[in-house]
Formats: sequence, structure tokens, C-alpha cells
Amino acid sequence: MSDTTLTPRRLTWQRRRQSAGRTWRQFRRHRTGLIGLGVLVFFGLVALFAPLLADHSGIEVTEATGGVLEGPSWDYPLGTDANGRSVLTLLIWGARVSLMVGLLATAISMFLGTLVGLASGHYRNFFGAALFRITEWFLVVPFLPLAIVLASLLGRSLLNIAFVIGVTSWPATALLIRAQTLSIEGRPYLERARALGAGDWRQMSRHVLPNVMPMVFANTTLTVAIAILSETTLSFLGLGDPLRVSWGSMLDEAFNTGAITTGAWWFFLPPGICVILVVMSFTLIGQALEEVYNPRLRDRA
Amino acid sequence: MSGPTSDPTAPVARQPVASYEGERTRRPLLEIEGLEVTYRTAGGEIPAVRGVDLTVNEGESVGLAGESGCGKSTLASTILRLQPSNATVQGNIRVGGKDVRTLGWRGLRALRWGEASMVFQGALHSLNPVQRVGDQIAEPILIHDSAVAGTVQSRVGELLEEVGLPTDRARAFPHQLSGGQRQRVMIAMALACRPQLIVADEPTTALDVMVQAQVLDLLTGLVDELSLGLLMITHDLSVLSSTCSRIAVMYAGRVVEEGPADEVFEHPQHPYSEALSAAFPRIGDSAARYAPAGLPGDPPDPQHLPSGCTFHPRCPVALANCSEYDPPVRLAGPHRPVACVLVGEDGRDRSAAQGS
Amino acid sequence: MSAPTSTLVAEAETQPSQPGRRRSGRWRYIGSKLLGSFGALMFVIVFNFFLFRVIPTDPVRTLARNRLVSQEQVDELTRTLGLEEPLHQQFLTYLQNTFTGEFGLSFKYRQPVGELLLDRLWPTLLLVGTSTILASVIGIYLGMVSAWNRGKRIDHLSTGSSLTLYSMPEWWLGLVFLAVFAVGAGPIPELFPTGGLHSTDVDPNSFAGGLDTAWHLTLPVLTLTLAYLAEYSLIMRSSLLDEMGEDYLTTARAKGLRDVYVRRRHATRNALLPTATLVVLNLGFIVGGAITIETVFSIPGLGLLTTEALEVPDYPVLQGTFLFFSIAVILANLVSNLLYGWLDPRVLS
Repeated sequence: MSDTTLTPRRLTWQRRRQSAGRTWRQFRRHRTGLIGLGVLVFFGLVALFAPLLADHSGIEVTEATGGVLEGPSWDYPLGTDANGRSVLTLLIWGARVSLMVGLLATAISMFLGTLVGLASGHYRNFFGAALFRITEWFLVVPFLPLAIVLASLLGRSLLNIAFVIGVTSWPATALLIRAQTLSIEGRPYLERARALGAGDWRQMSRHVLPNVMPMVFANTTLTVAIAILSETTLSFLGLGDPLRVSWGSMLDEAFNTGAITTGAWWFFLPPGICVILVVMSFTLIGQALEEVYNPRLRDRA
Repeated sequence: MSGPTSDPTAPVARQPVASYEGERTRRPLLEIEGLEVTYRTAGGEIPAVRGVDLTVNEGESVGLAGESGCGKSTLASTILRLQPSNATVQGNIRVGGKDVRTLGWRGLRALRWGEASMVFQGALHSLNPVQRVGDQIAEPILIHDSAVAGTVQSRVGELLEEVGLPTDRARAFPHQLSGGQRQRVMIAMALACRPQLIVADEPTTALDVMVQAQVLDLLTGLVDELSLGLLMITHDLSVLSSTCSRIAVMYAGRVVEEGPADEVFEHPQHPYSEALSAAFPRIGDSAARYAPAGLPGDPPDPQHLPSGCTFHPRCPVALANCSEYDPPVRLAGPHRPVACVLVGEDGRDRSAAQGS
Repeated sequence: MSAPTSTLVAEAETQPSQPGRRRSGRWRYIGSKLLGSFGALMFVIVFNFFLFRVIPTDPVRTLARNRLVSQEQVDELTRTLGLEEPLHQQFLTYLQNTFTGEFGLSFKYRQPVGELLLDRLWPTLLLVGTSTILASVIGIYLGMVSAWNRGKRIDHLSTGSSLTLYSMPEWWLGLVFLAVFAVGAGPIPELFPTGGLHSTDVDPNSFAGGLDTAWHLTLPVLTLTLAYLAEYSLIMRSSLLDEMGEDYLTTARAKGLRDVYVRRRHATRNALLPTATLVVLNLGFIVGGAITIETVFSIPGLGLLTTEALEVPDYPVLQGTFLFFSIAVILANLVSNLLYGWLDPRVLS
């Protein structure tokens, strides 16, 4: 018996910290994952410090001082849009919206997906089977038509966009988590917990969830990537908040104001490139995490 | 190991295929001399096999025992030159007198399955899941002699009968068969091109005990009947004691003991063989239940092998300088090499005190 | 992108079964897939109803939003939508209408929605069909080459470009192609039209018209093909690498088969099966691409119809296209499941 109070809780947290450390060390070995992380941190900082990097008035159409669709110059490093606003400013502020909506949508999606996945994996009765069927049916409905319909019904706001994306992308997560739950529940220690009288909630939250979390974590980063792509597409189609600037809405504007036909590359190239960089970085991080958690994959790539 | 040799609880040793004395007149099918296999990986070089000599003669069945990670599967893979591309091989491997390492493609193809074949573990993964088993058995026959295309179906039927399966099973897919049936298919497949040597890598590990006994009986029966050479690789020493005439025990890439099967099993000389043998309880021997079974520690990491005798950290009778010198190979009897410093001419000196 | 284990195979238990029982297993499989698709179909139809009737608390207000309507028009709308009737009656009317193909009138075009859908169908089919075929063939081949040469430069190149294409909104690629090849950038002249399906001075039903259509479709098909093929190639590579690690390939080599033959005949063929499943699971992705690319290139298909309907918003049309796309995906899923069942013997028993 040791002197320090090594309570079970403390032990659990110690172990969790150790495994987090291990995960980080293994992650570090993936060069692509680190590059992704670096790019992501860069964009995160840009979004966070947007007010410092570019004056918010730069977004106001009424305050625009530049010419229409002018090319890059010293005053406007990335040129101007059709309203005379600096494209660079729009880009910086757009980072905020794109990232925020992506993360919010992912939070909704992961929450729903984890809940349904856990429940449908855990409850072997009609309830669980019904949840599984519903998940499968939802999976079949194609994303964009559904998102378009929902967004048009609910009105154009960032919150609605995040909600729409979240509500349409949870099935994939739910299936993955259900599969994980089923495999974990087959393990002996869960049988033991049940024999000792652990109720459903306790089983799920104390035993299944912590073991499912690593996969959930890897899946989350991949979901964010898809969420950001979805937000960009929906904004491009005009379903975003008309008062806010996101990379997708910039491209919508570019398309509608003829930036394509007049060759104003400074307007439609940068937002697209930013989206590619951010989505790729999330994907690379997600792939690296998957390899960390599933060693079998390591032998492949 | 204590107990008189006429211990009624000892497993009934199968009559060995050839008494050890008559070995010399049979021609060698497999000759491995000084085999060293090293894997080149991103993390460094991993020595899997560190100098092994092994011979299998015609009509003889030799067992190779050891824990996982000792290099036995790597050794098996080199016999048909199936080792992974990042493995460097040194030493001599001869099958039927031909040097496997320098064979050209024609020779290699003739060797593979035609002169030596393999029975793998876990037939569900070793068989193509989407191909009928009959076609899989027929495949090597057609490769080696395309002229027999017309009669190959009857040959497949013959083979299935030999392993005790009904011929209509040829149309089945692997997942439709039970574990034991799949293993029989593997054996039938191994016999397809009438090889001289069969290498069985853990052929019964994934099976129930009853099925295991059936498959082993089948294998040894066929080896007898067709005068084949058999190299059986497993971690289960008791299996080897009942099916092989000679056993070699491997540890960390080297053979630490070799000799006639019943002797190695009943009177192991090397401390590791002793522990391995003790790990399999004899039914009815009440003393065995109290004897310490199992070894402390884990098999050594091939990348960080202990110095000197690689077994010394787990050895119950290790001496102080066992960690400094490679153990010499001494003979504990005729044809009885043992890699332990405590072994004298009459066997191991069991009066040696632990440590010092 | 990881390859989830094929649930189809996992469902099949590894119990020994008599070959004779396979036939009943086959029917059971077909039956269960048909039932599943039917369930999904019903779900979509019911869901469609709830979307438009239940979510907006006042459907008339929503439908009349952004448009100046008089009280009479509101009353008219209420009557035609049958909103005075109780909900279950509305639902029954809706079901009846759906099954008879009666989807109402488009607000924008004042045409029956069903007619509109049929009119705009074939450009979408042409676009999506061509792109999917090209993308699957090229993508799968690239995935194979990548897997066979894992770790070498061609693998890195292929995987890297697939990853980039995958991270890119497909319509953005379309915008870039428009700017470069249709408008002309730098030394590159205008090579392709900036949109539409036909030139005004050519008879679309003539041979020259066919060529003209093909010329109009070149950039859109190119864009969609590149977008899809990235996904297919990554899936195939992943599938094949999984397969290449299997033990039965060692057995095949041990039997004397050449490495190349083992790769092609055994590994690749087996890897195509899960690839096909995963490809179909991503059909929603294909539909999304159709919508956005038609919008960018002004191809008068169902996708452009959908985005045009957003402006009004033309709810009857939106309802119609949503239903159409969903049914298309459900059908494609069913076909692919059945095909997979036919090709992979493990699924049937």
C-alpha cells in the first residue's frame, strides 16, 4: 500500500495522460500529420487574430475604397472584389466563418452520431435495431439535395448551415461508432461489468465510451474536413448568411460578378486554395491518427 | 523432470518413422547450414535467425519447437524462398541437393510445390476466400504440368479422398468448411504435386484438441505411407513428441537443443527445453501440478537481445558468466547437441547451484 | 481515408454449410436487400412529406416568403395545398400524388414538376454517366498502380494528387477550368464554351449537333471525372493494400505462381469487391457533384434545375428533385448490393 492516495480516479487519469502522451509521440512520427497540424495551426491563428490582421471595416461594402476587381497592388496585396473591398481582408475574415461553421457542424454531427451509434450498438433489442435501420436509411439520402432543401426551408444563417451539415452527416459516424461499440462489448471485461450489475448508462459511459473515443477522435478530424467542404459548397450556392463572408461566399460572389470571365484570378483562386489547404490538413491529421490507433494500417501507407 | 522412464502417465510416443540409428543411409531432403536471416527495417536490423543447422532426411519427421518470435516461421519461409524482400539471408539451404538461394525462376518454380510444399496455419486466411477449394488444389497441378488438364479433376478427387474428405467438397468455398476440413484441404493441396518434403508451419494451432489429433494422425499417416520428409513447426512440444522422430528446440534465432523426440521431451537438457516441456502437464501426474510451470519474463526482443546466452535472464540455473559468453554447443549424448554450458557428457549437471 | 470492413461479409457467419443450402441463402440475401431498399424508399417518401409540411410551421408563409402575395393568393395556396384538411388526410393525398407522379406545379415555370424532371433528365444522365464510367476505370487503375508500387515515387505522386483533388470542392476546379480553357488565360486561348449544352446555331439532333454537345460537355465531364477519380483511386489503393497483406497470396506464391500473376489474378480481383461496395456508398457524392457542376457550367440538367429553384424558392421543384435524387441513389445501392452478392460467394451462405 502506498502512502499517496492513489485512488482509482487518479489512476485512470494518470493512465489517460500516459496514453495521450504515447499517442502524441506516435503521431509525431508521421510527417504528413505534422505538416497538416502546422497548416491547421496557421489558419487557426489567422482566424483567431483576424481583428489584428485586418480591419473589420474592410468587409463593409459601404466602406470599400478600392476599384472594382483590380489586380494585386501594394495597397491591396490580393486585389479587390467587385465592391472594391480588399480580397485579403475578406480572406482573413472568411477564415473565421469557414472554420467556425465547420467545427460547429462537426460538433453537432459527432454528438448525434456518437449517441445514436452507442445506443444502436449497445441495445440489442428492437430499439437498437430500429436505430440502426434509421441510420442506414439516412445514409442513403444524398447529402447535397437534402442540405439544399433544409437550408432553403430554414433560412440563411450560419447557425442553420451548421445545423444542416450536422444533421446530414451524422450517419457515417454513427455506423462507425456502432461497429466499435459492438466489438468492444464483446470483450470480457464488459461482461464482468454487466455481471456486477452495471446498468446501461454506466456501461456505456464508463466502459464503452472511453474505448470508443480514440476512433471517434480520428473520425472527427475527417468529419471536419467534410464539414468545411460542405459549408463552402452551400455558401457557394447562395445558402449562407448574406451578411457574413466565408470562403464559399467569396467564390459565389466571384462567380456571380464575372470574376471568372474577366480573369480576376486573385479573387477566385485564393479562397479555393485556402479551402484545399485546410481540408487537406484535417485529412492528413485524421489519416495519421487512424494509423496511430489502428496499427494494422501502419503497415500499409 | 523427475520420474522413471516407464512412467505410465507419459504420453504414448508414436513409433518413430525411422529409428535414429538407421538415419545415415537415408538421403537428406532438407539441409540447412549456418542459416542467418536479418530483417532490414526503418528501426534498424532485426536478426530473426542467427545460425541454424537443420537436416531432414527422407521419410523422417523433424519437429521444430519454440515460442513465437524465435524465428521458426522465418526459417520456414526461406525453404521455398518466400521470405519478405527486406530479409537478408546468409548460409546454405538445400532442398533435394539443390541450393535454394541460387535457383533461377524455372528451378524455383519446379521446387515450389513440386519438391517441397507447405501447410500453413489458419487455413481460412491461407486459402483464397473467393475460389473453390477444388480449383485451389488443382492450381499447382496445372502449373507444374499443364498437360494433365483433362485429368486434373480426378486427381483432385483422389487427393480429397486421401485426406478423408468427400469428393464433392471440391466445389465448396473455404468459409463453408469447418476448421478441420480446411486444414485437410491444405494438406491435400500440399500433396498435389507429389513433393518429397512437407513443411508444416503451425498446422494445428487454431484447431480444437480433438480435431487437432485427427489432423496430426492424418499428416503422420501420409508421411509414413508416402515416405515423405516432414518438418513440423509449432510451439506445442507435446504435439511434436507424438508425431516426430527428432525435435529441435529454437530460442531467439538459434537451436538450443536437438535430439530424438521422446528424449527431448522426457529428458530435456537445456533449461529452456525443460521449461517448455514442463509447460505441458501430464494428465494423472499429480506431482506435475505442483511443479513450477512456465517461465518468468517474455521472449526476448530480437532487436535487443541479451548479451551472452540469450536465455540467461529467464534461466533458473544461470551462472554469473552466462551473460558474457555465447554458450558452447556440447553433446549430451550421440546426436544430442545442447547449447548450454552446464551440459556434460552424461547430460546436464543438475547439481549446479543457481547463480553464484 | 480508411476502408471500413465490408459489413456484407461480416454478416455472413463462418459456419460450414452444405452447398445445397446456398440457394436459399441467395434468396434470403436478395430478399433482405430488397426489403432494405423498400424501407429506405418509404422513409424518403415520408421524410419528403414532413420536410415541407411539418418543418415550416406555417407552410403558406414559407412558400409565400419573399414574394408579395395578396390575401386571395394566400387563400388559394392554402386550398391547393390542402392545408385545411387534417394532417393524415394531407399525407394520404401526398402519397397518392407521389405514386401517380403528380408533384404539383413549379412556381417558377408554371409547368408540372414531373414534366420538368423528365425534360432535364438526359443532360444529367449524360454528364454523370460519362464521368462516372471514366472516373471508375481510370481511378481504379491508378489505385492499382499506386498499391503495386507502394512507397515509390509514382505512388506518392498519385496519392498526393488524389488527396489534393479530394480536398478540393469539385466546382472550384470547374471554375478554374472555365477561367483557363473557356475564357483563356495567358497563352491558352478560348478552347471551350463557357456554358450551356448547345450552340445556338447548330441543330442539336444532327451529327454536328452531337459533336457540338460533346464539345460543350468536355470541360464539365473533365472536371467531374477528376473529382470522382480521386476518391476511387484512394479507395482502390486502400483495398488492394489490405488484400496484398493476406496470407493466401503467400500460399499462391508458394505453389509456384509468378508474383505478377498473383497480384493481378488473386489480389486485385479480390480487392475489386470491397472497392465496388465503397464506391456505391459514395453515390451521394456523385449526385452532389452533378448539382454543382451543372450550376457552374450552366448545363440544363436536374442539378441546375435544383439550384435555380433555390432562388424563388420553388418548393414543388425542390421536392421533386430531392425525391428523384434520393430514389436514384437507393436504386443504385440496391443494384450494387445485388451485384456484390452475386460476385462474392462469402455473402450468400
